[in-house]
Amino acid sequence: MTNHWVDIKNADLIFVMGGNPAEAHPCGFKWAIEAKKNRKAKLVVVDPRFNRTASVADFYAPVRPGSDIAFLGGVINYLLTNDKIHHEYVKAYTNASFLINEGFSLEDGIFTGYNEEKRSYDKANWSYQMGEDGFVKVDQTLQDPRCAFQLLKTHYSRYTPEMVAKVCGTPKEAFLKVCEYIAETAAPDRTMTSLYALGWTEHSVGSQNIRCMAIIQLLLGNMGMAGGGINALRGHANVQGITDFALYAQNLPGYLAVPSDAEPDLKTFLDKKTPKLLRPGQMNFGQNLSKWYVSLHKAWWGDAATKENGFAYDFMPKLAGASDVLSIFDQMYQGKINGFFCQGFNPLASVANKKKVGDALAKLKYMVVIDPLATDTSEFWKPHGEFNEVNPAEIQTEVFRLPTTLFAETTGSFTNSGRVIQWRWKAVEGPGDAKDDTEILAGLFLRLKEMYAKDGGAYAEPIQKLTWAYRIPGKPSPEELMMEYNGKALADVTDPKDPTKVLVKAGDQLPSFAMLRDDGSTTCGNWIYCGVWSQAGNNSARRDNSDPSGLGQTLNWGFAWPVNRRILYNRASADLAGKPWDAKRTVLKWLGDKWGGNDIPDMRPDAAPEQNVMPFIMTGEGVGRLFSLGLMNEGPFPEHYEPFETPLDANPMHPNNPKALSNPAARVYKGDMEAFGKAKDFPYVATTYRLTEHFHYWTKQSRINAIMQPEQFVEIGEELAKEKGIVAGDKVKIRSNRGFIKGVAVVTKRIKALDVDGKKVHTVGIPIHYGFKGATKPGFITNTLTPFVGDANTQTPEYKAFLVNIEKA
Amino acid sequence: MNMNRRQFFKVCSAGLGGSSIALMGFSPNAALAEVRTFKLARATETRNICPYCSVSCGVLIYSTGDKSKNSQSEIIHIEGDPDNPVNRGTLCPKGAGLRDMIQSQNRLKWPEVREAGASEWKKISWNEALDRIAKHMKADRDANFVAQNKDGVTVNRWTTTGFLASSAAQNETGYLTVKMLRALGMTSIDTQARI
Repeated sequence: MTNHWVDIKNADLIFVMGGNPAEAHPCGFKWAIEAKKNRKAKLVVVDPRFNRTASVADFYAPVRPGSDIAFLGGVINYLLTNDKIHHEYVKAYTNASFLINEGFSLEDGIFTGYNEEKRSYDKANWSYQMGEDGFVKVDQTLQDPRCAFQLLKTHYSRYTPEMVAKVCGTPKEAFLKVCEYIAETAAPDRTMTSLYALGWTEHSVGSQNIRCMAIIQLLLGNMGMAGGGINALRGHANVQGITDFALYAQNLPGYLAVPSDAEPDLKTFLDKKTPKLLRPGQMNFGQNLSKWYVSLHKAWWGDAATKENGFAYDFMPKLAGASDVLSIFDQMYQGKINGFFCQGFNPLASVANKKKVGDALAKLKYMVVIDPLATDTSEFWKPHGEFNEVNPAEIQTEVFRLPTTLFAETTGSFTNSGRVIQWRWKAVEGPGDAKDDTEILAGLFLRLKEMYAKDGGAYAEPIQKLTWAYRIPGKPSPEELMMEYNGKALADVTDPKDPTKVLVKAGDQLPSFAMLRDDGSTTCGNWIYCGVWSQAGNNSARRDNSDPSGLGQTLNWGFAWPVNRRILYNRASADLAGKPWDAKRTVLKWLGDKWGGNDIPDMRPDAAPEQNVMPFIMTGEGVGRLFSLGLMNEGPFPEHYEPFETPLDANPMHPNNPKALSNPAARVYKGDMEAFGKAKDFPYVATTYRLTEHFHYWTKQSRINAIMQPEQFVEIGEELAKEKGIVAGDKVKIRSNRGFIKGVAVVTKRIKALDVDGKKVHTVGIPIHYGFKGATKPGFITNTLTPFVGDANTQTPEYKAFLVNIEKA
Repeated sequence: MNMNRRQFFKVCSAGLGGSSIALMGFSPNAALAEVRTFKLARATETRNICPYCSVSCGVLIYSTGDKSKNSQSEIIHIEGDPDNPVNRGTLCPKGAGLRDMIQSQNRLKWPEVREAGASEWKKISWNEALDRIAKHMKADRDANFVAQNKDGVTVNRWTTTGFLASSAAQNETGYLTVKMLRALGMTSIDTQARI
């Protein structure tokens, strides 16, 4: 979230598309209801199902799964053609006026630089025109045909209300009504908050769905405002924290770049990865990369990280190419992975194409499941009737299952979707011999360290030199770990303007990342968390919920990253002179000598408005990007592509270009393309979803949840039920080209057939929560059906739009 | 002030504890000896956070015992934390069922192994489990560690053992996990957060 949960109450319009917070995030959705009650805010929902969020909405519009870009592109076109944008904001705070390279264009759905064989783009022309002064050329009148604003206008002029209706199946009047609601928030003192979740991310164009909203919110001037922003309603209670700590290959903690083979030494790495200043006078905060990166190496390798060895640059493994969950399972399927750990993760149930995942696991030499519960994955080798038909004798994988404690049995911190880090306290011991994850990890690590010391082996130095100064080495405590990732001063940290002035004494905890240095005098395991455990103590454990602003900022409750800031880009909540766009919801204002207000300024505190330091300080431009350069793999402007399994024969936007049918830059592995089904065999669109009573594949293990929603069901509309002769309560079989599941038919008015490109399209809704292990009735795993293809940037699988057939079982 | 048993219960159920009643000048006589106070009044209250969705609702966990050395505690009740500014004491149907998750019949209680080709689990000790896993890791790492790529650039990576990390784990676990995996040279790492 750029904003936070309670801030939803400050909105004038709550726009929910790609999420269903009333059912998936009920206690957070309360703040949408507060906004309706206390501010007379409106709630608008766009979704394939008339879900429970829609049931309390002021307006609902249906949309075909996988057509969100067409819809949102239509909104962008509406705002531009009806002049419903926040002009001053767009001109000053976005790259609307920036001139784009002459070589960039779109031809029949494909941007310049496409390589069909590699399914990827050469992005050289997706760039700015640079002036002789070394800065980007701009046209403040926004009239130059090559400025981002004019290119945006041209790009989305094709997304007419008629085209939206044709692609999305949304009636034109309903679409226009949604546009009218959204357009009202172009007024400087009105805001829209966008709430989305997996309904936007789980598509082969997921990231571009969100890019559309980024463009819309910039055009409306809603970024940085109280009650504005783009708010991802995320999954687990600490999914935000685990993402921040980069438990994935492409980043290091705090979203730092990972060294690759093209950067053989620290200097090359920093030169390549440090963003360049693109407009004069901007903060370009990313220029501090060297301080964050060196401090990370100092936290991990201490005295072994010296100036002479590039702060142990070679200790960090270089990225080996793709290693997202789909690519890991594809590698495993090909027999290239021998060992595998599942820490609190049930991939047999949660990754696309269960058959492929199960076959891949069967090729492992060893697998280690670290989990509080007996998961489906841990028994992938065990026959469970028709739900898991396998022969154990044929599976040679050695499987270990290690019991861990649950949240109530450990002390430590979670970071919520609004980036607020909150401390938790342990209530009871875990059952039996269960151990904390940290103790299990330490047990393995200390064994390996000892074995390498005794027997030698491949490159043991980073293992031997890893800092491990925990009071009990086999049980690092959560307090020690938080203090470590917060970071401390190894030598006195002095003021760069006055070296005689000591800002932080040697040995002290650091108060903020502003104190980090690249000379090896500071440590920090995650720069964005710096300040969470300062000399004042554990700030995540603060429990003062007072809210003097009335905006719900509660600045003394927990600690938000970065530097306890609650609303990102909050400098944009004020005009160029530093006056709030809406004084009643002041987030930040210029006080004459510094920035102040009701939040931690997202701006240099003494940057006077006349210095023209723009609000988006993490970009080299200082402004928000309508044109996203080469940062997205399928293009600088989102373009509509069909899901990989589409009910249509062609992309209605590019009927004569088969190359532009589905995301041209999405990665598809050998064998998976062949496993996509066609509409003639699988005529219905399927979309997976979640129930209020269940959480992923977890609560099926809990008795009360199993009582409330005991069994797999499948939701179909009345018209389809009639066509297929299915009545409520019938057992049905749902097939995709990858397998089948069975469930009880629930026939509802909530999913209606849509008229798409002259064709009637039915949608089938499939809850995901069931499996063969748990307290619920044993069932099939829904991901037996889903396709093994992901978004071209994040590789998040396309769970929300694929093709099935349905019949009575 | 006199009070009969029924009246006394009525006052108690309105949420007043025995001691505050005495302070107010009430002095229930014989009835006091018979009253069964609320279990929660003597339970230990611990502040924690619901592990399900990212609203991360504050919860109050009530357990028996006072956490003194060697005493056994058991969770008897969980409810929303009214101080938490986000959930303000509320919980959804998922969060309201948290106790059944913690006390699920399917909680794992000891390490187990399923040997290659076997059709059942076998209980093993922590030492055996961790020794065997560490040996597998070292053997795989030593056999497949790549110190340099084909162009002679130092890459120091180990790609043949993968790790999927939990989004339900706390930050401190996540931090120790990433620190240890990177030190081992591991690059096939991914998280639930992606899906």
